[in-house]
Amino acid sequence: MGVLEDFAGWVVFSVLGMGQGDMLAESLNFFIYDTIKVMLLLAFMTFLVGIIRTFVTPVRVRKWLGGRKEGVGNALAALLGVPTPFCSCSAVPLFIGFVEAGVPLGVTFSFLISAPLVNEIALALLFGLFGWEVALLYAGTGLLIAVFAGILIGRMGLEKEVEGFVYELKAGKINEKKFTWAERIEFAKSQMFDITRRVGPFIILGVGVGALIHGFVPVGFLADIAGKDNPLAVPIAVLIGVPLYSNAAGTIPIVQALMAKGMAMGTALALMMSITALSLPEMIILRKVLKPKLIAIFAGILAVSFVIVGLLFNALVG
Amino acid sequence: MKKIEILGMGCPNCKRLEENVRKAASELGLEAEISKVADIKKIMEYGVMATPAIVVDGEVKASGRIPDVAEIKRWLS
Repeated sequence: MGVLEDFAGWVVFSVLGMGQGDMLAESLNFFIYDTIKVMLLLAFMTFLVGIIRTFVTPVRVRKWLGGRKEGVGNALAALLGVPTPFCSCSAVPLFIGFVEAGVPLGVTFSFLISAPLVNEIALALLFGLFGWEVALLYAGTGLLIAVFAGILIGRMGLEKEVEGFVYELKAGKINEKKFTWAERIEFAKSQMFDITRRVGPFIILGVGVGALIHGFVPVGFLADIAGKDNPLAVPIAVLIGVPLYSNAAGTIPIVQALMAKGMAMGTALALMMSITALSLPEMIILRKVLKPKLIAIFAGILAVSFVIVGLLFNALVG
Repeated sequence: MKKIEILGMGCPNCKRLEENVRKAASELGLEAEISKVADIKKIMEYGVMATPAIVVDGEVKASGRIPDVAEIKRWLS
């Protein structure tokens, strides 16, 4: 990324003629460098995942997961959730389709948790702003949570907490067309342009706010309230994440800036997981197929998992 | 007349798909009956598991993505 750093420095210090050490100049430098880096990574990741998506379609995933046993099924579901396109509005048809194909409830939940939690947009941002170690750490813990939460929900025998009509619906047959390689690349390209165009403005905004925090908030500002020695910071971070669902792209850059000002690693991880996976609209839409008790269990298990992850990382790495 | 259905439970993506469909139809000067399907039972009857989806004359053309105007025009003409 040396070229990018040089470019950002050149724009700020040579083209704009700002002085080294000037706070505004440093912020701008950060902003230009981070935005370009994250956008490039995002374009690359969405293209790659776009190609994978032409192989991993919901119809195939359903076939692969049908009748799977606990453990293997949950792990497979969590992994397949990563590249599957997921919008909270798809949760209901997907859920019904899975149940109908005989995918066990616990396995279905592993998928429903991993699909929004570990997604290519969050991973591109984490990789770009925090480095590959944090991106891998996030993906690994996210998958583990999806597997264990799914197993737990499966063992609780909650089948009767699913609305009855779900078991009666008959889904039609859908004939998925076969992609040629030219079509796969075409599809991946359209995904890349579509997602970067849609998410781009929020990234720019988020990185912008982050850059201002970098430049103007004193180092260590958050060390007391959000540092690793405040155990309350983690559950509060998880709560704060719930209403921020709409925008992982805009919030992750801000979390990165907060970390630079003293927020502990575990607290930041818990916050980001809560932002991406615990969303109010998704819970509301799931209400169409799940009874309130199951929704509460689902949200509760996730919230507790994120808190545990946060506390654990704060204790281990700080 | 073409019958176009947009399957989805009212998320922003469904609205964007609808905009593209209307644009495609008007660019072709085509009279089309465009309707939105939010009923989960009807969505499932088409076998669709990822929304938004577009159905032209009873055939699912795309699901789980937002086809652009040019692609929709190919299905309509």
